[in-house]
Amino acid sequence: MQDSLRELYQEVILDHGRHPRNFRAVPQAPNQAKGNNPMCGDRIQVYLTLDADGHIADAAFDGRGCAISQASASLMTEILPGKTREEALALFRALHELCTKEHYDVAAHADADPEAMERLAVLSGVREFPMRVKCATLAWHTMKAALAGEGKATTE
Amino acid sequence: MSTSTARAGHNVGAEYDVEAVQRDFPILSRRVYDRPLVYLDNGASAQKPRVVIDGMRDMLEGEYANVHRGVHYLSQRATDRYEAVRGKVARFLNAESEEEIVFARGATEAINLVAASWGRRFLEAGDEVVLSVMEHHANIVPWQLLRAEKGIVLKVAPIDAEGNFLLDRFVDLLGPRTRLVSLAHVSNVLGSVLPVAEIVRVAHARGIPVLLDGCQGATHMPVDVRALGCDFYVFSGHKLYGPTGIGVLYGRAERLAAMPPYQGGGDMIASVSFEETTFKQPPHRFEAGTPAIVETVGLGAAIDYVQGIGLAAIERHERRLLAYAHERLAGIPGIQLVGQAREKSAICSFVVEGVHAHDVGTILDRAGVAVRVGHHCAEPLHSHLGLAATVRASFALYNCRADVDALANGLIAVKEMFG
Repeated sequence: MQDSLRELYQEVILDHGRHPRNFRAVPQAPNQAKGNNPMCGDRIQVYLTLDADGHIADAAFDGRGCAISQASASLMTEILPGKTREEALALFRALHELCTKEHYDVAAHADADPEAMERLAVLSGVREFPMRVKCATLAWHTMKAALAGEGKATTE
Repeated sequence: MSTSTARAGHNVGAEYDVEAVQRDFPILSRRVYDRPLVYLDNGASAQKPRVVIDGMRDMLEGEYANVHRGVHYLSQRATDRYEAVRGKVARFLNAESEEEIVFARGATEAINLVAASWGRRFLEAGDEVVLSVMEHHANIVPWQLLRAEKGIVLKVAPIDAEGNFLLDRFVDLLGPRTRLVSLAHVSNVLGSVLPVAEIVRVAHARGIPVLLDGCQGATHMPVDVRALGCDFYVFSGHKLYGPTGIGVLYGRAERLAAMPPYQGGGDMIASVSFEETTFKQPPHRFEAGTPAIVETVGLGAAIDYVQGIGLAAIERHERRLLAYAHERLAGIPGIQLVGQAREKSAICSFVVEGVHAHDVGTILDRAGVAVRVGHHCAEPLHSHLGLAATVRASFALYNCRADVDALANGLIAVKEMFG
């Protein structure tokens, strides 16, 4: 087995892929969006509930997809609670860099919670697999759309 | 390599010399991720033999000019070579004449041509077109566009759990308003070979014309459009080891004669004035503008190549490989074949229990095995099957048992990783 594959399918990814956390529909969630990756047919829905002072109180998702997209969504829902809208968007930007750039510049993303980014580092293996970057970012695009009240996100 | 050597070298007696065939395809000697390439994505597009590559280059280097125009030497040569391919295609499909062969950009454009020309002329609100649940998007969406424009009705013929086309249920769909039957010859996902001769017989008994999408048909088995009796047959050059950008619409002469042009421009007209324009007879009426000249010549070389080996021999070889693939995959726990029709062409789709098709595809890819994952442009079929995505291994004339072994070994690695 190649190292790059081991890097992609780390045990954390496989675990979250098999047993996604916060995998539930929250029909009454005020901020929700559907995400769709037309290339592979992955579909997920992200449900966010914000408290009175603008922090994410609850994050959940459901839908179907590959191990990467499920694990990314699962990790995201664990990380988001307690974050403000701005903090969540900073994480979105940082994650995007992490998955696409060869050298992720920590300093350039000082606004992204370092502890959260450390957990998300397991997703950086997709850099070696350009076709799979969208799998890792789908949940995050969908989260962004949910926060913006857009209802729909696509990786296209 | 010339066609005559292909004939002598590849198919001596009953022996199919797959190693000789492989040597004809330069790309098959390359490696990916430092492993030998195992190319099992032929359903999407097939690789090209040296005769096609050389044929196209030779034309560009020595005999290229626009066709049907110049009085000069090169234009005449190019026109001869281009038009000669029409005859080759006619013989390949056993059409009655080369006037029944229309060149298009691909099978997709060929179906769109029929929908836009024949469909607009002959279909009205409430008229019905019968498709099957197995269709590729290319044989669904053009009819939906026509539905939006004209108010036609689409009916969908069902299949059973194994992927067999249900002829009786299909016949039940044929009614007084049915104006066209448009079906895949072979399912690009399930590999099911439809009983097309029967389909044409029952449709014609009711006066209904039949279009067959032969993208996975004429590329893998002998096709005789006169024996089938179909009204239209389409296929793509690039799935027949030829280049992209060239495809074929066969249309029975009387059908084409009744169809108006669907694109206007140069080359399709008899004479033009600002008051009135008259059009050429088929097939040129449907070929507006400068065609894909070099690609057409490449298609001609591809047809010579497969005919040198023989479609019947290719079909036998591929079916043997399919049987071997079924056997190997059945030996791996957790692999579920998708499509086990009685008549099945060399397409092997499957799912791996607990592992998404995309993850399977990535791991196979790193083992050098190219497969397709997803819905293979047949989303309605996947919805019908309740599957988001499948893995598809599709075989071609150059694949061998070692390719199947590489696939099986890759799947064992997938199982190990996902436990």
